[in-house]
Amino acid sequence: MPVIRYSQAIRDAIAEEMRRDKDIFVMGEDVETMGGVFGCTKGILEEFGHDRIRNTPISEAVIIGAGVGGALTGTRMLVEMQYVDFILHAMDQTINQAAKVRYMTGGKAILPLVIRAQQGSGRGNGAQHSQNLEAIFCHMPGLKVVMPSNPYDAKGLLKTAVRDNNPIMFFEHKVLYNTTGEVPDGEYTVPFGKADIKRVGKDVTIVATSWMVLKAMEAAGILEAEGIDAEIIDPRTLVPLDKDTIISSVKKTGRAVIVHESHGVCGIGAEIAFVINELAFDWLDAPVKRITSAQAPIPYSRKLEQLTIPSTEKIVSGVKEVLNRS
Amino acid sequence: MPDIKIPGRESLLKIYEQMLRIRLFEQKATELFTQGLVTGSMHLYIGEEAIAATAGVLLRKTDTITSTHRGHGHCIAKGGKTDRMMAELLGRKAGYCGGKGGSMHMADFTEGNLGANGMVGGGLAISVGAGITNAIMKKNDSVTICFFGEGATNEGIFHESLNLAAIWKLPVIFLCENNLYQVFTSVKESLPVKNVSVRAASYGIPGIICDGNDVFELYDVLSSAIEIARKGGGPSLIEAKTYRWEGHYTGDGYAKGGYRSIEEVEAWKAKDPIARLGAYIIKNMIAERGLLEKIQKDLKSEMEKAALFAQESPWPDDGDLCKDVFFERQV
Ligand SMILES: Cc1ncc(C[n+]2csc(CCOP(=O)(O)OP(=O)(O)O)c2C)c(N)n1
Ligand SMILES: [Mg+2]
Repeated sequence: MPVIRYSQAIRDAIAEEMRRDKDIFVMGEDVETMGGVFGCTKGILEEFGHDRIRNTPISEAVIIGAGVGGALTGTRMLVEMQYVDFILHAMDQTINQAAKVRYMTGGKAILPLVIRAQQGSGRGNGAQHSQNLEAIFCHMPGLKVVMPSNPYDAKGLLKTAVRDNNPIMFFEHKVLYNTTGEVPDGEYTVPFGKADIKRVGKDVTIVATSWMVLKAMEAAGILEAEGIDAEIIDPRTLVPLDKDTIISSVKKTGRAVIVHESHGVCGIGAEIAFVINELAFDWLDAPVKRITSAQAPIPYSRKLEQLTIPSTEKIVSGVKEVLNRS
Repeated sequence: MPDIKIPGRESLLKIYEQMLRIRLFEQKATELFTQGLVTGSMHLYIGEEAIAATAGVLLRKTDTITSTHRGHGHCIAKGGKTDRMMAELLGRKAGYCGGKGGSMHMADFTEGNLGANGMVGGGLAISVGAGITNAIMKKNDSVTICFFGEGATNEGIFHESLNLAAIWKLPVIFLCENNLYQVFTSVKESLPVKNVSVRAASYGIPGIICDGNDVFELYDVLSSAIEIARKGGGPSLIEAKTYRWEGHYTGDGYAKGGYRSIEEVEAWKAKDPIARLGAYIIKNMIAERGLLEKIQKDLKSEMEKAALFAQESPWPDDGDLCKDVFFERQV
């Protein structure tokens, strides 16, 4: 199977979908020129022309708002936020408009809108270019939230997103763009609401998202050497959330550690812990643990940034804690 | 004809020194970046130095500025010390923000620099707030210069900020550094008008264009706008036409011959504001070549020291991670 980068998987998904469906329109800051800042739209202009992809001015509110208007009128809108941090300029368009228009109109509106946004820390970009904002969007009814951790999922999930008739938040991680993985040549999609069991294990369930899936896998390797067998679950989509896979894993292992990069307070970890509490309480042998960034903005200094991002070591020690081993 | 404001000898030499300080600082910072000592990315101001340096000599310490992601020049012009700036770039405790901010959040409130900003247009509304403090609450004659790029004028906050500053006649000088690009995107595809300055008409305020690489034009235009603001005449929009020589960010490999041609970059380099002012100073016998050379030599050693200071500064403590999230009473 060909091995490609995460950024190329995104690009391939966009190109394949645009070939399949001539109603798709792409817009965002610098997307047209040289494939954008992260190369995710390379070659799209050359193949599809200026009427299918456009650079916008630096105007996030209208990028998302026009995404809503375009989608309402029959265009499949695929819009980009260069950094998720910039969507905070467009929260009205995202949360008051995109998320609610179908409900408010009594189910009349159809909104095929995908908002691709790059996010995450790990590159020393400071507090306004390193955030993970997925929890905010999970909180609001009406938005689906997707967080691929590898090239295969990135491509398959993006294709699903583009074909969906709902507004979708599609979060790509800046650290993952250059990671590689196997992606088949042929057509495939990855469904929403279906978690991926990345590693089968019997002692503890680790639920991790995006970049943290890679760290959890590393941690599992270390734990294995110490005789601890971790099961790793990547939910892939947070809305909808595949509760069944998480719950059956926890019922098997009796222990759960949740790892995400965004802050802990009111994060997706709190939600998953609640789901476990509600559906698997009697099977738990230890309290659920979460490992997240500290409750502080992402600091610029490399030393402090490394300190706040959940590390492999923190995952290892968190797992040992729930297993009462140190 | 209104009288033209001309910088005196002292101002000219100060502007010259500050422009050179900005350039040498960024060249040094680039060296450290290349060595992997600076993380993230830096947006270099090289080529645009005249704007900040000229604004700097016209402002008082009690005046304030808001800056941008391309903020090293603004910080230096408003009295920033290069050693503490360098320490910030290296993420060290002795940096202006204790290492927590980095290039895009450099701030020095004691000198009136309300901070660089990672968000395009982030300083626009903040400058309006500073105007409220000065004009409405404290009723003093301090002013604020709000720096931003032409790209920021396409954010909704640009409209909201200029509108409010205009109706309340706030002492803010909106200083647009039009360097013709926003990342890889040209003004030709992002602005429906040729000049940002015409946007002033929507707010009934002066909109003035000037050559951003010409210290004399900048000095004249900025002096008038500052004077109007100090006297309660309200805001102005000034558009300084300029160009960044380097990439949008350090490591933007396409800066030459990608989204813009090598010829275009070279043509703008020929308009180097530092060389231009240096030649003027010598030609008009404002100072001898020897003095300019000494300024350069001193600045070079300042940068060596700044780099050393930064590298020798300790890292923040682990305990700093969760400090400063909220104001807490000192014990
Ligand atoms: C709200 C927001 N949108 C987008 C960006 C990404 N970005 C950083 S700088 C930049 C271009 C800014 O152009 P301009 O305002 O002309 O300033 P210049 O970089 O040319 O100095 C963009 C799009 C950002 N930092 N903030
Ligand atoms: Mg610009």
